[in-house]
Amino acid sequence: MFGSVRWRLVWIAVLVAVCGFALVPETIVDEVTGESERVWPLKLGLDLQGGMHLAVEIYDPENTLSGQDLDDAVERTLTTIRNRIDEFGVREPTIQRSGNRIIIELAGVDDPEQAKRIATETAFMEFKIVTDGQEFMDALERIDRAIVNEVGIENLQVTTLETEPEVDLSDILGGAADSAAAEDAAGEEDAVEGEDPAADSLATEEEAADAVDEATARPLSALLGQGRILGEYLVPQEDQPTAAAWLELEGVREALPRGLTLHWGVEQVGAGAGSYVPLYVLEAEPLITGDMLQDAGPANRDPTFNQPIVPFETTRRGSRVFERGTARNIGENMAIVLDDRVQSYAVIRSVLSRRAQIELTPGASFQEAQELALVLRAGALPMPIEVVEERNVSASLGEDSIRQGRTAFIIGIVGVIIVMMIYYRTAGILAVGALLTYVVFMLGGLAGLEATLTLPGIAGLILSIGMAVDANVLIFERVREELAAGKTPRTAVDAGFGNALSAIIDANLTTLITGIILFQFGTGAVQGFAVTLCIGILASFFSAIYVTRTLFIMYLNRRGSRESVSI
Amino acid sequence: MRVFQNANYKFLSMRRPAYFASAAIITIGLLSIIFRGGLRTGVEFTGGVLLEVQFSQTTDVGQIRDALTAGGTTGVQIQQLRTVGGETNDFLLRVPVGEEEDQNAIRDQIRTSLETQYSAGSFEIARGDTLSAKVGDEFQRTAVIAVLLSFLLTLIYLAFRFEWRFGVAAVIATVHDMLITFGFISLFDIEINLATVAAILTIIGYSLNDTIVVFDRVRENLRKKRKEAYDVTLNRSLNETLPRTVLTSGTTLIALFSLVVIGGAVIRPFAGVLIIGVLIGTYSSIFVASPVLLEIHDRARRRSAIAART
Repeated sequence: MFGSVRWRLVWIAVLVAVCGFALVPETIVDEVTGESERVWPLKLGLDLQGGMHLAVEIYDPENTLSGQDLDDAVERTLTTIRNRIDEFGVREPTIQRSGNRIIIELAGVDDPEQAKRIATETAFMEFKIVTDGQEFMDALERIDRAIVNEVGIENLQVTTLETEPEVDLSDILGGAADSAAAEDAAGEEDAVEGEDPAADSLATEEEAADAVDEATARPLSALLGQGRILGEYLVPQEDQPTAAAWLELEGVREALPRGLTLHWGVEQVGAGAGSYVPLYVLEAEPLITGDMLQDAGPANRDPTFNQPIVPFETTRRGSRVFERGTARNIGENMAIVLDDRVQSYAVIRSVLSRRAQIELTPGASFQEAQELALVLRAGALPMPIEVVEERNVSASLGEDSIRQGRTAFIIGIVGVIIVMMIYYRTAGILAVGALLTYVVFMLGGLAGLEATLTLPGIAGLILSIGMAVDANVLIFERVREELAAGKTPRTAVDAGFGNALSAIIDANLTTLITGIILFQFGTGAVQGFAVTLCIGILASFFSAIYVTRTLFIMYLNRRGSRESVSI
Repeated sequence: MRVFQNANYKFLSMRRPAYFASAAIITIGLLSIIFRGGLRTGVEFTGGVLLEVQFSQTTDVGQIRDALTAGGTTGVQIQQLRTVGGETNDFLLRVPVGEEEDQNAIRDQIRTSLETQYSAGSFEIARGDTLSAKVGDEFQRTAVIAVLLSFLLTLIYLAFRFEWRFGVAAVIATVHDMLITFGFISLFDIEINLATVAAILTIIGYSLNDTIVVFDRVRENLRKKRKEAYDVTLNRSLNETLPRTVLTSGTTLIALFSLVVIGGAVIRPFAGVLIIGVLIGTYSSIFVASPVLLEIHDRARRRSAIAART
């Protein structure tokens, strides 16, 4: 008897420990700022924590797309949206496909209108020639001066160098030109040999130590490291936002030579602390634009060399433009620019017209080729996107809902506890103990399954708590009946649990079936309700049948042979 | 402490007046729905725009309406939110849209109108839902399918665990509860939105649970005393489960009342609907589910008696 109680307690303790473990707040350290933050593992829905929920579809009122074409179009749109949201810099965005719809969930967005615009703009693709960077290098001095003028030298000192006493501007600028030329020469070597870009950055860092004054007046140059090809520069990832803001300045745009344009790349070079974002100097005039592309992909392999290739096709008009453009630029690099970001680049080997193919570098994986094909198709066949559902909840309103909900929830629970203790006395206290384990199971289950708690989810929670209480009530009433029939406490408790079991099982199973159906066939809110209901039912079933029973056995053991039970 | 111990109420002999009462309440509810031209559905069902706007200055419904009309938006329902403390500067704006209209354009128009009339920083859109009519239709359809399917599976489960007639009686009682709940929603002019849908789902769950507990006792008593008349067994089962019925409903109501009082504007209508649902669900498991079970039993017996005579 005692042994079995011990085993029961072990089981309960194990489950409580597992669920409790799932609820331990995680500490997340931000890689860039080094700040750590404790995060409660229970995921709150956007209706509770604030944020933006978007459901978008491909705008196709004539229903021209179907089957494989539609599927393909949705995939391309998904790629486009992922690319853009990643750039937007929201923590833990959820971008997923649900049927032919794309669901975007962004928590804690300050400007929902901007987020929406970014996600739903039609994709725009251009092929542009990568310049050798010479013209840009020549203009760098002017660009740097424009930045200093517009931002102000004192602000630059703060952002780039901490503090530095006043400096003689002209002196520094004189010295800067030499170093720019030197850097350029070094850069050319890099491109030819295809050296690791990280090596170059080391040089810049060494330079930075004794060239503090120089950097003060040359804010942009100081951030640029030579890239893998001519016209590509690498900017440390943590400085990229600053540099990007500078490039938007009016004076900087004017200082940039006519016919050139600067584009950031999507890929990151290097990893961790030594991570760089490439900046490309491109010819402003595109070779061709996305509307001149007919189609692209699927990716396959070159029959002789077996390296991944991505074929693409231009329109009739596009082919003539493309032919002229490539004829002038054989041997140059051509950048594939989608939504103003350089996705990839390739060397033009020959004059291209209607059909062409991009060969990836020998080391590239087939998956990279597939991704490039998707990007090309996203640009070639851009899909207008329609927002079919948008929900915004401000963080403050979310906080209010949580606070009010929590208070009401606690007061409700306390009320129930008081009633149970008054009505069932000691047995009531046992039931309350069991209910506490229920709360741990429930929350641990939600956290462990990474379910999201929403407002309708709280409704499911309430129903399952009601059922947990109900199960205890059913049991206690049965025990009372047995006691009234003259049975001893121990037999009455056993019989009470036994008799109540069928009702509890049937009630819980029916509700569980309902919950599963609602989850399977419902959408959004209905699903949120169903998830918490199902987890809650399982938790309540276990806590009522097993935990209450165990506590009861312990209680009876302690009372020994006394012929009464407080119920 | 004990309540309703050894109760011996003649519930089943009260079934005719109970039928009448149920029929009357359902009729009133349906009349209300017809009179109001259907239930007031939120943007989740119709598609449209729902905005919760928090103003930093005092304003009223009239001023907001003027601002919107000046900006060219009409047909907006405006509602001022209240808390226990009194009126707030929070307003709910609702605009339903048709199949052809662009919900996103309407939303932008409202925002611009408000910015023109009030300065841009003096209000915040705390919550904004914009749904196309298509998404609304879809939500409505999947919710209905899910509920019907769950009824079907409940029927099958109960037929398997009890007898088919128990399942039928339980589903009839649950449908009865839903009809009355819809009536109340219409009478009190509560909007059907996500929260009310969640509440209705909860009521279905609660009502089924309550009915099954009673039926479990009926099943047990039928096995124990085969000779007792069917209606006597039913009535005794109802009385035996009465303490549990009262206590469970009571504790649930306590929790719900705290939600109504403190839960805030979003939760309040939800909890209100649930309170009605719990009351109806408790009533129906005593006065609808068991009587229907008796009616089905009597009818089956009469039929077999007729069959035996011929």
